[in-house]
Amino acid sequence: MSAILEVKGLEASYGQLQVLRGLDFEVAKGGVTALLGANGAGKTTTLRAICGMIRRKGEITFDGQRIEKLGTEDVVRLGVAHIPEGRGTFGTLTTEENLQLGAMTRPNNSDIQADIERCYGFFPRLKERRNQQAGTLSGGEQQMLAIARALMLRPKLMLLDEPSFGLAPLIVRQIFDILADVKREAGVSMLIVEQNASLALELADHAYLIETGSIVISGEAKAIREDESVRASYLGY
Amino acid sequence: MDLFLQQIVSGFATGGIYACMALSVVMIYQAIHHLNFAQGEMATFSTFIAWQLLAWGLPYFAVIPLAIGLSFIGGFIVERVVFKPIENAPVLSHIVIFIALFAIFNSAMGFIWDFSIKPVPSAFGEGPLYEGSLLSKHQTGMISVTMFVLVLLWAFFRFTRVGLAMRAAAANPQSARLVGIRVSFMTALGWGMASAIGAVAGILIAPVVFLEPNMMLSILLYGFAGAVLGGLTSPLGAVIGGFIVGIVENLAGTYIPVVGGELKLPIALFLIVVVLVVKPEGLLGRRVVQRV
Ligand SMILES: Nc1ncnc2c1ncn2[C@@H]1O[C@H](COP(=O)(O)OP(=O)(O)OP(=O)(O)O)[C@@H](O)[C@H]1O
Ligand SMILES: [Mg+2]
Repeated sequence: MSAILEVKGLEASYGQLQVLRGLDFEVAKGGVTALLGANGAGKTTTLRAICGMIRRKGEITFDGQRIEKLGTEDVVRLGVAHIPEGRGTFGTLTTEENLQLGAMTRPNNSDIQADIERCYGFFPRLKERRNQQAGTLSGGEQQMLAIARALMLRPKLMLLDEPSFGLAPLIVRQIFDILADVKREAGVSMLIVEQNASLALELADHAYLIETGSIVISGEAKAIREDESVRASYLGY
Repeated sequence: MDLFLQQIVSGFATGGIYACMALSVVMIYQAIHHLNFAQGEMATFSTFIAWQLLAWGLPYFAVIPLAIGLSFIGGFIVERVVFKPIENAPVLSHIVIFIALFAIFNSAMGFIWDFSIKPVPSAFGEGPLYEGSLLSKHQTGMISVTMFVLVLLWAFFRFTRVGLAMRAAAANPQSARLVGIRVSFMTALGWGMASAIGAVAGILIAPVVFLEPNMMLSILLYGFAGAVLGGLTSPLGAVIGGFIVGIVENLAGTYIPVVGGELKLPIALFLIVVVLVVKPEGLLGRRVVQRV
């Protein structure tokens, strides 16, 4: 099993405050890895460090290529789609323009319109709102839009920061089903950060637990899901 | 009545120039959130280039695309060389650089072409459009070219991928990077386009006011007024603002005796102050529909 993303000794700070203290982890090709941990553990920071939104130290290898020195645009162009905390909606543009932007790095003629229709298939609500200013979508609709926009890149790796945030339970279920489809059919690898640990561990093959910037537990998702003591002390369910 | 119509029409014609300047101000403002004081000098420089090419005997139809193209490249380079390095610097550094650019362009023009005024022939010919017309040939040309530029820009931003990328980069740079847009390149493109639009404005106005290094000083001020009036965040607003300023300026100059020719400029400043006090976001400024 080869890794599409391999991270070694990842460190990152905000000013004086060191948030990541040497993380080692990987995401298998075609696999889903979950990153779990309490609020403020450094999960969002880890995703940001991978795609160059903050200064970082350590080795990051994506698809056989070192990327720790690349800027965000260049990491994205290699096929990494990041669904950020806060959704990253282009609020003044329309829903459909937001989707077109997701495919901005793809060649002009590469069935972008067909992919937009496919996204509308996943999220019919977005189709109803296609010409609406995206900033006026509801929080949940914007979360759907963020996922759809990431799919528009036809990514090799998706970094998902709490995709269930602010969504009704029914929609959460639906989104995780879609993610499972995407993984199965398109073979997209994923690194997923999620508060809803039971859901994330269902989708994931592998999981890491972060505590104040270090990895404390790593293992098969299934094993972690079934480990009473981990569940009780870290995941709280 | 005729005089009134006449003033409206010629206000509309010069308003087109203000609209172009307002538009180039807004393009840069959208990208870097600062007003470029040197915009006028850059436009004048472009006009001098056009004048020089004409003086060398090139025909107008070759001079215009050349001057516009060179201005685009010039604006692009200015951003890359001068502004990219201070991308994240505080406001004051930007202001200092704007003033420096202003001075550099101004004295460079004085040095190369001296400060004497130069007549520039109109590309559209002299005299009225037809016997008894309210519009001269040149004014008709000014209005048509302005309209053409505006429609072209609108189509560019509305229908092309690069246009969409530029809008995205201006609206939300962080997210734009996350979809792979090279935000800083888009900023440079914006500078290039702003500079090209400035060139159009300069070449159109030169036959009306004579060419000299300070030609654009007051025109840029009217452009600022138009941009502020229309809303610094709205290209369409800037254009409408520019036209309104042109018409108001002309009417005030004609009908308010104390204003005359001399006090026209303070009107621009007065407009800026009034808008900033009464409706700071301008006529069409970002009025993002709020969710309620
Ligand atoms: N922009 C910032 N400037 C300074 N400190 C920050 C910044 N962003 C995050 N931090 C700090 O870094 C630490 C880790 O933050 P991070 O956002 O990575 O946590 P997280 O694991 O994603 O938490 P959550 O589950 O609440 O989203 C926190 O202590 C936070 O206060
Ligand atoms: Mg977080």
